[in-house]
Amino acid sequence: MFAKIILPPATGLKNKTGSWRTGKRPKFLHKNCTGCRLCYLSCPEGCISGSKKEYNADLDYCKGCGICVRVCPVNDIVMEQE
Amino acid sequence: MKEFLEGAVSIARTVALCRPGVISAYPITPQTHIVEELASLVADGRLKAEFVNVESEHSAASCVLGAVAAGVRAYSSTSSQGLLLMAEVLFNIAGLRLPAVICCVNRAVSAPINIWNDQQDIVTLRDAGVILLFAENIQEACDLHIQAFKIAEDPQIMLPCIVNIDGYILSHGYEPVEFPAQELVDKFLPPYNPPYKLDVNNPLTLGSLMGPEYYLETRYAIQQTMNNEVKRKILDVAEEFTKVFSRKSFGLFEEYKIQDAETIFVAMGSIAGPIKDVVDELREKKEKVGLLRIVTYRPFPSEEVGKVLSNAQRVIVIDKSISLGSYGPLYQDVVNSIYLNCQIGNQKTLPKVIGYICGLGGRDVSKEEISEIYNEKEFSPAKFVGVKKENLGNFI
Amino acid sequence: MIDERILFTAGHTACSGCAQSLAARLVIDAAGKNTIVVNNTGCLEVFSTGYPYTSWRVPFIHSLFENAAAVASGVESALDHLGIKENINVIAQAGDGGFADIGLQAFSGLWERGHDVLTICYDNEAYMNTGIQRSSTTPIGTHTTTSPVGKSSLGNLRWKKNLVEIALAHRCVYVATASVHMPVDLQNKVKKALKMKGPKFIHILSPCPLGWGSKPEDTIDVAAAAVETGFWPLVEFENGVLTKVKKFRELRPIEDYFKLQKRFSHLLKEEAKEVVEMWKQKIEENVKKYKLLEE
Repeated sequence: MFAKIILPPATGLKNKTGSWRTGKRPKFLHKNCTGCRLCYLSCPEGCISGSKKEYNADLDYCKGCGICVRVCPVNDIVMEQE
Repeated sequence: MKEFLEGAVSIARTVALCRPGVISAYPITPQTHIVEELASLVADGRLKAEFVNVESEHSAASCVLGAVAAGVRAYSSTSSQGLLLMAEVLFNIAGLRLPAVICCVNRAVSAPINIWNDQQDIVTLRDAGVILLFAENIQEACDLHIQAFKIAEDPQIMLPCIVNIDGYILSHGYEPVEFPAQELVDKFLPPYNPPYKLDVNNPLTLGSLMGPEYYLETRYAIQQTMNNEVKRKILDVAEEFTKVFSRKSFGLFEEYKIQDAETIFVAMGSIAGPIKDVVDELREKKEKVGLLRIVTYRPFPSEEVGKVLSNAQRVIVIDKSISLGSYGPLYQDVVNSIYLNCQIGNQKTLPKVIGYICGLGGRDVSKEEISEIYNEKEFSPAKFVGVKKENLGNFI
Repeated sequence: MIDERILFTAGHTACSGCAQSLAARLVIDAAGKNTIVVNNTGCLEVFSTGYPYTSWRVPFIHSLFENAAAVASGVESALDHLGIKENINVIAQAGDGGFADIGLQAFSGLWERGHDVLTICYDNEAYMNTGIQRSSTTPIGTHTTTSPVGKSSLGNLRWKKNLVEIALAHRCVYVATASVHMPVDLQNKVKKALKMKGPKFIHILSPCPLGWGSKPEDTIDVAAAAVETGFWPLVEFENGVLTKVKKFRELRPIEDYFKLQKRFSHLLKEEAKEVVEMWKQKIEENVKKYKLLEE
């Protein structure tokens, strides 16, 4: 007899940590983006994705830490009230 | 092919026949000869395995854990302090449901430091979910190793198994041993093929954090497996072994001259040897006495043992260890099984169960002392045999 | 909307702004899907594999607090035995407590035996998972719960254990430090390490907003300040030889680093003058040892 002790890959995606946000979320303006991908590379959740010069955070998982806003070298991301 | 070799060497050569792919080694008396012989076999190209000289027993067990998790049969051996250092890893291997086989060459536990034989090391880990087998002699030690891999690796079981041999007595003693042919072992013991492993083509997560909503069932599952699949498998494997290798393997326990016995000794390991001699002598004198030798200590075959012993008038349990502040561990399991059996069967009379603590720290237990135990009229649940008053008194 | 190539997915329960979760993702994405990860007990395994959730898309095993290196030794030996080690990376990773303290013996054994394993220390400078207790990589004067600042104490009494030097003493083929504020550099270091055969070590400073008392949105700035003040030099050693150092025209004052973290707030006061002097001495040592200042 076994208890279910082993997990298949990436079941964590079922845990929508977007519910952690406390009122603010990032808004990707898509105005000055240079496609440097620093936002994608700096997000602790890994929930920012996109291509070329258009990136977005997946709000299902974004915890609203605000790092992406901070690291964007062209200030193309802002925090807005939800 | 029969050979006359040191016990440790025989065990190592038998393990080599089981084709482990990874061997982790850390020295501790008196098991070191096992890993030394395995190193020699690897160095000569007679055993194709990775030999890892780890830096402690905790790592020795962890290395075995990693190897079996990655899908390769692995082995290590230890004693006493080393076994206790591995303790949390053994619990971990059982909880992760991985089949490791380790030999424990039973030795007394510090302090004081003592390198001679008793069984205190392994009984301390009887709660861990590890299958525990005890060998009486070197041939059986070898035979149990072959069976241990087969039992542990059963996809319905996947639990660690420790084969216990009394330190020095079986590790350094010489006995003629029959070594089976490699082809026979290969037929009996197929390659390790686990139902889950660390595989980049099937990326699983092992060892997750489990809260109160999930943990209990993991223990329940191991308990059920121990009491059902493991017991059944041990019997099946023993039966198959007896057939394939033409040599009797006992499975859960050995009944020696039990049939009409009014007094039954219970013991595990090599001490069964002198007890059998005393039983033979007493039988000559028409005494109705026998020995129940426990081979499988965990899972404890409680129902079966209870049934056998409940018919006796007196049961004498010989423990080579003591749960300090309580009784001998084997004594406790025996009392429980007799009581439970009587409860189920509504029996009105229970046999007297007397407990003796012998041989701690390697102190010799003679046939005379065993005969004296048989003739002892006083009841005691945990009487230490052969206490020397001159060693007691003030601390200095 | 999640990038499906990510091997360490969202849905983990790390604190908002956690650098260790970022670093773990950068590491495994650089290593690729042919990687087996062995993790010690700590924040990372707790927040990434809380049943029934796992963030890992590669084979992952967590055993105990101190044995990731020994388990990884077993995994690597098994892959060697099967003849498939060439194409599979093995990573043994731990936090600073699990690496420099309780796990140091096993990592030392792995390094000494020369296993082909990449070992990574995510250094948040305390036992964070159990609530911010000091470890051997907690710098001097740091406030933790077991080295608290009080009327007769200015915090932790000792400087950081130098894991880079210990790794070099073990003849690791690749030793480097990295920071999450330079993610491409971090990933390049992982990729370079994995191209080399033998024991490798990367030491990643992982700012912890909760334990360090910094704002989640400041995490990258904190990491940058650690490097730009000379406290956390970014260096690379190949086969024992220093091959790369991130140099600066000038270093920022250490107070820039202290200001961002409540755990150092007492170091901005006059009473802490001596402790701050020690920090400056250690930074001077880094400057000399690695030639951090551009000529």
